[in-house]
Amino acid sequence: MNIIFLTLGVSIAIAVSFLFAFIWAARNGQYDDLETPGHRMLLDDDDETEKTNKNKTEDRDS
Amino acid sequence: MSVVKQAGAGILDRVVYDDDIVIKFLYATLFWGAAAFLVGLLAALQLAFWPANLEIDWLTFGRIRPLHTNAAIFAFGGNIIFAGIYHSTQRLLKTRNFSDMLSNIHFWGWQLIIVGALITLPLGYTMSKEYAELEWPLDIGIAVIWVVFAVNFFGTIAVRRVKHLYVAIWFYIATIITVAMLHIVNSIEIPVAFLKSYPVYAGVQDALVQWWYGHNAVAFFLTTPFLGLMYYYVPKAANRPIYSYKLSIIHFWSLVFIYIWAGPHHLLNTALPDWAQTIGMVFSLMLWAPSWGGMINGLLTLRGAWHRLRTDPIIKFLAVAVTFYGMSTFEGPLLSIKSVSSLAHYTDWIIGHVHGGTLGWNGFLTFGIIYYLVPKLWKTKIYSVKLENWHFWTGLLGILLYYISMWASGITQGLMWQAIGENGQLVYPDFIETVMRIVPLYWVRFIGGSLFLTGFLMLLYNVWMTIKLAPKRDKEDVREIAPLSADVTDIGTGHRKLEALGLVFTVLLFISVIVGSVIEILPTLSIYKYLPSSEKTEPYTPLELAGRDIYIKEGCYVCHSQMIRKLPFDVLRYGPNSTIAESMYDRPFQWGSKRTGPDLARVGGKYPDMWHLRHMINPRDITPKSIMPSYSWQAVKKIDYHILRKKFSVMKMLGVPYTEDEVVNADINAEKEAAVIYEGLLEQDPSLKSIKDTEIIALIAYLQSLGQKTTTVEEVSTSNK
Repeated sequence: MNIIFLTLGVSIAIAVSFLFAFIWAARNGQYDDLETPGHRMLLDDDDETEKTNKNKTEDRDS
Repeated sequence: MSVVKQAGAGILDRVVYDDDIVIKFLYATLFWGAAAFLVGLLAALQLAFWPANLEIDWLTFGRIRPLHTNAAIFAFGGNIIFAGIYHSTQRLLKTRNFSDMLSNIHFWGWQLIIVGALITLPLGYTMSKEYAELEWPLDIGIAVIWVVFAVNFFGTIAVRRVKHLYVAIWFYIATIITVAMLHIVNSIEIPVAFLKSYPVYAGVQDALVQWWYGHNAVAFFLTTPFLGLMYYYVPKAANRPIYSYKLSIIHFWSLVFIYIWAGPHHLLNTALPDWAQTIGMVFSLMLWAPSWGGMINGLLTLRGAWHRLRTDPIIKFLAVAVTFYGMSTFEGPLLSIKSVSSLAHYTDWIIGHVHGGTLGWNGFLTFGIIYYLVPKLWKTKIYSVKLENWHFWTGLLGILLYYISMWASGITQGLMWQAIGENGQLVYPDFIETVMRIVPLYWVRFIGGSLFLTGFLMLLYNVWMTIKLAPKRDKEDVREIAPLSADVTDIGTGHRKLEALGLVFTVLLFISVIVGSVIEILPTLSIYKYLPSSEKTEPYTPLELAGRDIYIKEGCYVCHSQMIRKLPFDVLRYGPNSTIAESMYDRPFQWGSKRTGPDLARVGGKYPDMWHLRHMINPRDITPKSIMPSYSWQAVKKIDYHILRKKFSVMKMLGVPYTEDEVVNADINAEKEAAVIYEGLLEQDPSLKSIKDTEIIALIAYLQSLGQKTTTVEEVSTSNK
């Protein structure tokens, strides 16, 4: 069962890398604003063409 | 690079997103999806009606079941993940993908690997480790292509024009890092031939690494990337922001920290030490909370848009997908409880559980995304909303028939296996009784699968017509986007690219450091130490090893376990529970995960050689209602004696105590062993002359060795001074 050290080691390494990623994200200001990112992703230039018809997605079935 | 600095305007970059790569991956998703579902349907049919394999070796269940799982997960699932990631990442980060060349290497490399799987798996080239069946050249290919994908993705992050990384991006990052690690660690193997290798891990160690990988393949290939896609496409399709961005962050980090520990729940009640089982069970239960965080977040995003469930099939597909995610992630922790597992493990309940997740969550989310993406990419409307609706209802009915029939089948058979009468004997001692009871449900499952495939064909037709009627795509669709900061305007050309390489370099360095240290510490770790001194195990003889590799080639492990659990009804039916000493030389381990047929851990010595011969050539000669395929070709194909020397030398290198003499004479010894079995059979039936040196002889030698290699020796008395 010494293989547990291998899986444990790799799992911990992955966890630690996530921990560093989290610390980086928090320090980088990634989580300073937890409101607007959810909204901002909706404002996509892909929908630029649709701005003339805002309800397009609403009534795509009609 | 098509990103150019606009000299006149000064502050805006002109960006063209690479949608060609998205479309390529989309087409691949559609093509391989059809293939994966079709092969799955054939496999389902074979369980209800075994002659559907047409008695062709490469069409038998043991060969095509791995083909189905690999195609569904890595070809259908993989390609939609890549399509979605390349599409959403460019838009979330407001930049074109880092490198078109890497995108294309990624695409063609991945398709090449799939074609490699399509050829090698039916031919029986397999590692027999679930969802990691591919042999070593393809394993290397996967690692290389995955690194290409990683470089491209992290490069894109580095040249982004939005500082904030939206939560979907985080899910993609977790996917890329973890899948790389899992794949590499689980695939460390020593080649014997071009398409044959042995894993460095043996027995319980191989089992633990495999299910550490196997469970996380579900977690980081079928869950995190799809959650990332959910966080992009559900808000987009509903045109509503995600219900709670804060919740998405919390559940992301808790999910990635907990998931990696849940693997041992695939090995409950087995010979794996109890403490490892308990860890797996506890972490699996903990997973319920973050999983439902994702489900709640996805579903509540539709608040205020529920009325569109009535009219918009895209919303229907997405809402049902998230609902299935919630069901699967509730059922998973439930099944991870030891007592529930004792009923459900090895039965069709697990198959139902998996398909609830794959057909419902992955499948329906994919269909929702495709119906959203196709009109967007071609700037048109879908050909027929009505047909989308038909697809939805046909597919949903298919999933429900599949899920419910497998629940019924799994619980029925599980209860029959467990049933012990008042006299302390099994109520259904004949395994075949428990099979006959569930065959009608296999037909129901087949109907369910057919409906799901029918729905998918409607999608193909709908997409085909939409594209056909769409205006020609504008490949130079320029967008003007503000750069990340005013002082860095030379995006994509100068030092931003170098910075990008810095990030890529850091990530690659992390992966290589871990892989390097793993390979370095591996030799000491893979040696068996955790064994009671009272048990002594003999390694396989050359002929037994040859037979074992035939057992693996035919995919016997797909339907037969070799693990008698520490449960009374398992012990009553199959004999004393399996110990870890018994599989200490097993590379790869063959504990199995499903009992479509009985456990074989102690089948050795139970029946005469002639029984096995007749049973393999036509199982119905022995058990009239058997659903096992006939393996008549095994009495024709010759044993490859020559390769045994090489196989023995690799085994010796991996720590199996073969002497130099045994390695050098492996082929000669095998021929001698085969002659003894052959002559024994010939004595009973002189018409069997043609089976001399055929695979069936080696397979019989292996089957007769199962459960016979370990002996308990008297402990040396410590009081004897």
